[in-house]
Amino acid sequence: MNILVFAESQHGAIKKSGLEAVTYAARTASQHQGTVTCLVAGVDENVASGLGAYGAHKVLKMESHPDALGLSDALSEAIAATQARLVVLAYDALGRHLAPRLSARLGAALISGASGLPEIQGDTLRVRKSVFSGKAFATLECSTPIKILAFSPNTLAPEKKEGTAEVVSFSPATRNSRIRVIKTEEKQGEVALPDAEIVVSAGRGLKGPENWGIVEDLAHALNAATACSRPVADIGWRPHHEHVGQTGLTVRPNLYIAIGISGAIQHLAGVNQSKVIVVINKDPEAPFFKAADYGIVGDAFEVVPRITEAVKKLKAGA
Amino acid sequence: MKILVCLSKVPDTTSKISFTDNNTRFNSQGVQYILNPSDEWYALVRAIELKEAKLAESVSAVMVGGAEDDALLRKAVAIGADTLYRINAQPMDAYSVARMLADFIKTQDFQLVLTGRETIDYNGGEVPALLAEMLGWELASPVNKLDIVEGKARMESELGALTQVLEADLPLVISAAKGMADQRIPNMWGIRNSRMAVIQVVEPQPVEPLVRFVNYELPPAKGQVKMIPADQPELLVDLLHNEAKVI
Ligand SMILES: Cc1cc2nc3c(=O)[nH]c(=O)nc-3n(C[C@H](O)[C@H](O)[C@H](O)COP(=O)(O)OP(=O)(O)OC[C@H]3O[C@@H](n4cnc5c(N)ncnc54)[C@H](O)[C@@H]3O)c2cc1C
Ligand SMILES: Cc1cc2nc3c(=O)[nH]c(=O)nc-3n(C[C@H](O)[C@H](O)[C@H](O)COP(=O)(O)OP(=O)(O)OC[C@H]3O[C@@H](n4cnc5c(N)ncnc54)[C@H](O)[C@@H]3O)c2cc1C
Repeated sequence: MNILVFAESQHGAIKKSGLEAVTYAARTASQHQGTVTCLVAGVDENVASGLGAYGAHKVLKMESHPDALGLSDALSEAIAATQARLVVLAYDALGRHLAPRLSARLGAALISGASGLPEIQGDTLRVRKSVFSGKAFATLECSTPIKILAFSPNTLAPEKKEGTAEVVSFSPATRNSRIRVIKTEEKQGEVALPDAEIVVSAGRGLKGPENWGIVEDLAHALNAATACSRPVADIGWRPHHEHVGQTGLTVRPNLYIAIGISGAIQHLAGVNQSKVIVVINKDPEAPFFKAADYGIVGDAFEVVPRITEAVKKLKAGA
Repeated sequence: MKILVCLSKVPDTTSKISFTDNNTRFNSQGVQYILNPSDEWYALVRAIELKEAKLAESVSAVMVGGAEDDALLRKAVAIGADTLYRINAQPMDAYSVARMLADFIKTQDFQLVLTGRETIDYNGGEVPALLAEMLGWELASPVNKLDIVEGKARMESELGALTQVLEADLPLVISAAKGMADQRIPNMWGIRNSRMAVIQVVEPQPVEPLVRFVNYELPPAKGQVKMIPADQPELLVDLLHNEAKVI
């Protein structure tokens, strides 16, 4: 079976979600004697061939870096060129544009947000995904000739081995979106929440935006992203994109630290797939403790700075 | 300019999730349904605000669903929508839902189609880009702020640390996310209107779903939480490093 995988790049390097995608495709291929071809844009020859270490056999390298519409065109052409039967990509912000467009264009079944590797038997592919905002898992099945599998970021860690991939230059016909970007603002030095391995999140218990320093300090020490509960974003203490939960972002980091968040069901729905949850709350009855792996009943303003110091010590020693 | 808002129904956020028929079906017994929050709070309310500001002629709402969903759909009129359509089919997957919506939209003259960013039940987030592709329209997603300036859509889109200001001609599909508007509680007048609202029922061409739900599972119960004394927070760092191995 031929697998085509898309690996997104940024500033000349493949993003972590892209390395995850290649690993995901390689692991799937190894069960089914498949070949893995990877489409990349905006990286040099070395970076492209380096994807061999993650399991790509061949890399289609585009010189230009088109927008989402153009990338969907490039992927359609690559699917035809490689006769791919399975397309693998990360279901992140860009994946949410690409995967459904390909599905509609090719009449190909799309399973989005997969949370494990697929089982493939004959023409049928089955995979699990999280539904009801983390309150359940569903197993989905499809059997169209071409299938699109968009896994949820942080489903598996990139696996680097030995090897280089053959790099072929690829120049598909791509359209440009007619949507004009008037202005782009990028906050420097921040870890993006959707891809973060560690998230430090805080709620109304912090009392006001001026107190977020202790949260940011801990996040810096851990190289983590910051997040918040919904009321905190609603009152404008923190930006909307930090709001996690059922009506905000769903995150699944390796470590989620909740500070001064009560743990309402709608908040838990967006974070309960985190591998390890730490709760710091001054109320021993806070419902969040029931969903936690580690808990501290205490005042955030006293506890958090001491944790930050201990993390710094650990990192300095390591 | 006419706006169409796509509304889906989802179990209330506090619903207990369980399954029947050997875990092959969602158990809807005792479940209270609501409009998907991002469809109602952001997409629908912003569309109504644009109409109130005379930047849109009318606001219609559409749902792919059965007659049992009519009461929920009427809530859109209570909040301020003008016209209601129900595409008469049970939603089976995102592809077939988008296909039925696209077929319907092609028979009408909407210039702006608003959806939510994703539903809180099946969490697909697929419908917006499926629709755009099926209609041959551009897609802006996710959109946190929306204005209409000289007949064009002016938008702000937040993606992690990146914020973009976008401008697009119509027609356009937009997926609405937090920040676009605030939830509105229907007033007495709206509720009275909604009781009399007529729902136009559209019979779709049948569409085969491409994805089947085989079965469901509940996540395993969480183990016991390990409590750390507040006067020894350093112990937490030690456990995260040596026991959980996450830092
Ligand atoms: C339809 C719907 C959708 C929703 N969606 C979401 C969502 O997506 N995400 C979300 O987060 N919420 C959501 N909510 C809101 C949710 O129900 C809760 O209201 C919200 O999560 C509470 O936020 P919080 O924990 O920050 O505040 P609170 O509930 O006020 O909790 C503050 C906590 O801080 C603790 N605290 C106070 N002082 C200190 C201190 N000095 N040190 C340590 N701890 C302290 C308190 O003990 C308390 O537990 C939704 C609600 C509804 C109805
Ligand atoms: C009783 C029941 C049983 C179901 N069983 C299955 C099943 O067996 N298999 C399966 O795949 N799915 C099933 N679904 C889910 C249903 O098919 C989904 O609504 C559909 O797949 C859309 O995908 P999504 O929820 O991921 O939408 P998303 O792509 O997350 O939705 C994004 C936006 O699209 C719009 N939208 C979504 N759905 C509708 C709609 N119905 N009408 C109008 N606008 C809409 C809304 O604006 C929404 O915010 C079932 C739903 C119900 C209610």
